[in-house]
Amino acid sequence: MSDDPTAETAAGEPTSTSTVDSAEHDENGPDANNDTTVSVEREPDLRDDDAPDPEEVPLRVDGLRKEFGGITAVADASFQVEAGTLTGLIGPNGAGKSTTFNCITGVHEPTAGTVTFRGEDITGLASHTVANRGLVRTFQIAREFGEMTVLENLMLAPGGQRGESLWRSVLPFVRDDVVGQESELRERCWETLEFFEIDHLAHEFAGNLSGGQRKLLELARALLTEPDVLLLDEPFAGVNPSLEERLLDHVHELRADGYTFLIVEHDMDLIMDNCEHVVVMHQGSVLTEGPPETVRKDEDVIEAYLGGDV
Amino acid sequence: MSTADSPLAALWERDAVKIGVLLAGIYLAYVLVGVVLDYGVRGQLNSIATLTFYVALFALLSLALNLHWGYTGMFNIGVVGFMAVGIYVMAVVSKAPATEAAAGSVGGLGLPLWVGVLAGTVAAGLLGLLVALPALRLRADYLAIVTVAMSEMVRFTFLSGTFQRFEVGGLVIGFGGGSGLLLDFGSPVEQLFDALFLGGVYDGLVGLTGTVIENNPQPVTNGLLYGVLLLGAVGLYYVVLGRLGNSPFGRVLKAIREDEDAANALGKDTKAFKTKAFVLGCALMGLGGILWYMTSGAITPNTYRPRLTFFIWIALIIGGAGSNTGSVMGGALFAALLFQGPRFLQSVVNNLVDVEAPSTFGQALAPIAGAGDLAPLGFYVIDSVRQLQLIVMGLVLIFLMHRRPEGLLGHRKEPAASVELERRPDRETPYTDGGETDE
Repeated sequence: MSDDPTAETAAGEPTSTSTVDSAEHDENGPDANNDTTVSVEREPDLRDDDAPDPEEVPLRVDGLRKEFGGITAVADASFQVEAGTLTGLIGPNGAGKSTTFNCITGVHEPTAGTVTFRGEDITGLASHTVANRGLVRTFQIAREFGEMTVLENLMLAPGGQRGESLWRSVLPFVRDDVVGQESELRERCWETLEFFEIDHLAHEFAGNLSGGQRKLLELARALLTEPDVLLLDEPFAGVNPSLEERLLDHVHELRADGYTFLIVEHDMDLIMDNCEHVVVMHQGSVLTEGPPETVRKDEDVIEAYLGGDV
Repeated sequence: MSTADSPLAALWERDAVKIGVLLAGIYLAYVLVGVVLDYGVRGQLNSIATLTFYVALFALLSLALNLHWGYTGMFNIGVVGFMAVGIYVMAVVSKAPATEAAAGSVGGLGLPLWVGVLAGTVAAGLLGLLVALPALRLRADYLAIVTVAMSEMVRFTFLSGTFQRFEVGGLVIGFGGGSGLLLDFGSPVEQLFDALFLGGVYDGLVGLTGTVIENNPQPVTNGLLYGVLLLGAVGLYYVVLGRLGNSPFGRVLKAIREDEDAANALGKDTKAFKTKAFVLGCALMGLGGILWYMTSGAITPNTYRPRLTFFIWIALIIGGAGSNTGSVMGGALFAALLFQGPRFLQSVVNNLVDVEAPSTFGQALAPIAGAGDLAPLGFYVIDSVRQLQLIVMGLVLIFLMHRRPEGLLGHRKEPAASVELERRPDRETPYTDGGETDE
C-alpha cells in the first residue's frame, strides 16, 4: 500500500538528482504542484485505511511549503504521525527537516499548507500556544537555561502554574496556594530527574552539564510540560554511544507509556532500527514514507543519500 | 556550595545579615570621620541623614533595575525617564491649585500627597507599557536604544514651552518648562504623621531632638525620619521583588533572560511575562523618582539627564545583576563610596588643611614645572572632585566589567522557587530502578 506513493513520487522526480540548486527553483514550481496533487490523492487513501481520527493521528502536515526570500526550504511536505508511534523524519542535509519542524512548532509561519494537531488547525500559531496544546519540541543544539540549576530548569516546564501570575506570586495568603503547588511540582521534578538518572546533578548549573546530559535535561524538561506529541530535533547528535543507548531506552519506555514521538535525525541506521514509520525528505519534499523495511529498499532514498548530493 | 561550619559563618550566609553588616560598616566609617572632624551633633545627624537618603534611593532604584536586567535581561537604559515621569506627574497632581489670577505661576490639582504618589507611580508604569508594546518585540540592544531615546524625549517634553502651562477646568497646570516646578506641598514626613493622626507624636520627637540640637531641630528630624521612611521602602521593594523572584513568575523571567525561544517552546508566553515585568519595574522606578525628588523643593527637567541612569547601572553592577541582596548592597556601596564619598572626602580635606585651589588647570601645573610643588595640583583635584567623580565612576565600571562582572557577591546560586530546592524531599520514590548512579 505504501509502495504506491513511492512509485508515483519516483516517476515524478526522475531528474531531481542531477539538477543544480538555481535551476531547481524554476523546475520546483510545477514539480511541487505535481507532488501536491499526488499527495492530495494519496492522503484520502491513507485516511480511509487508517481512519482520520485525531485520536489515532494526532499530527498531520498537509502540503507544507516554506520560502525564505528566493529560497524554497520546504517545497511540499505532507505526512502524518500516528499516536503512540516513533516516527522518524530523515533526509540529507538541506532536505528541509528542521524548517518543517520549525513550521510545525510555530517558530516559522509556513508560506502554504496546514498543520493539524488533534483535529485542530494550528498552522501559524505562536510557538508557546502550540506547546500548550501538547505539541512540544526539543532543539537540535540543546538549549538549556545555563544560569539556572537543573532542578530549576525542570520546575520551569510544567504548564498551568498558579505562581506564574504576578499578583499570586507576591501577595500574602494567595502565595500559600503557590507554595503548595510548588511542593507537588518539586516531587514530580525529582521523579523525572531520577527517571533520567540525572538526580545527582539537580543543583548544578545547567550550563555546566556535558553535551549529553544537556540532551537528557532537555528531554526531561519537555516531558514535564505533559505533551501528547514530542518533536525531537536530532536528539542523538553529538551524543556518545552509551548515552545514545540510554536516551533511546528512555524514548522507548516513554513511547510504551503512550507518548508519541516525531524524531528528526541524520543517522539513517538509528532511525531504521528504532522507528515504526519513517518519512524521508529530500530537497524540500517528502520523497517517500513507510515502514523502515520498505524505505530501506527504496531506490530514491538510496540515491538521495549516496548519489547526486555527495 | 560552601556550607557554613561555624555559627558566625552560618550567620553570614544570611542575606539580611550581609546587608546589615555592610550598612553598619558604612555608617561607622561616616560617624568616625565625623567625630575626628568634630562635626557636632547637628552635623553628624545631617551627614547620616544625607547618607541614608542616597543609600536607600540607590538601593531602591537598583532593585527596580535588577528586575529588568538582572532577572529578565531587558536592557533598560532609560531609568531616569521613568523617574522623571513619576515625580512630574506626582507634582502636577499634588501641587496647590493656582488660578489664572495668580499670573505666571503654575499650579497643580491640589490633591492629597498620597494620590500624587500613586498617580506618579501609575504614570511611570503606563509609560513603561507604552514603550514595552513596540520595543519588547525587539532584541535587547534595540530596547536599549528605545529606552534611552524615550528618557530624552521625556526630558524635552518637560522642557518644552508647549507644556509649560495650560488651563484645565479653570486650573492652571503644566510642567513649568525650563524653570521647572516648585514643590510646595511641604514635608512629606510631617504630612505622613498628620495623616496617621500622629502629629502630636511627631512634635514630641522634634522636641526630643531639640534637647540635643539647640535651634530649629525640625529640618534635622525631618531628614532623619525621611531616611527611615526610605529604608522602609527599600525593605518593601526587597520583600516584594524577592517574593516575585522566588516564584514560578520569577523562574520564567530568568528563563527569558537565558533563552527566550526555549522558554517559548515550553509554552511560556514570554512577551506577556516581559511586558508585566517591564511595567512593574518602570512603576517602581517612577516611585523611586518620586521618593528622590519629593523633598527637594523644586524640580527642573535638566536634572533628569541619562547620567543618572548610568549611576544606577553602576550600582547594580557593583552588587551583581540578578541578586536582590546584591542590588541593595551595590546601591549602598555606590552611594557611600562613589556618590557621596568624594564629596565627603572633599569636606574632610577642606577641614584638615587650608585649601587654596588654583582656578585653572594651568595654574595647578605651573608650580610642578617650577619648584616641583605638587600641592596646588592636589588642591585643584580636591576642588574639582565633583567633575572627577564621573571619571572615577567610569574607571570603576571598566575595572568591574574586566575583573568582576558577576559583582560583589560573586556567582550566586539563587534558585527561583517559592519552596526550598536545595534539599531533597525525604520521601523515597522508587520510580525507576536506577535512582542512584554516579557518573
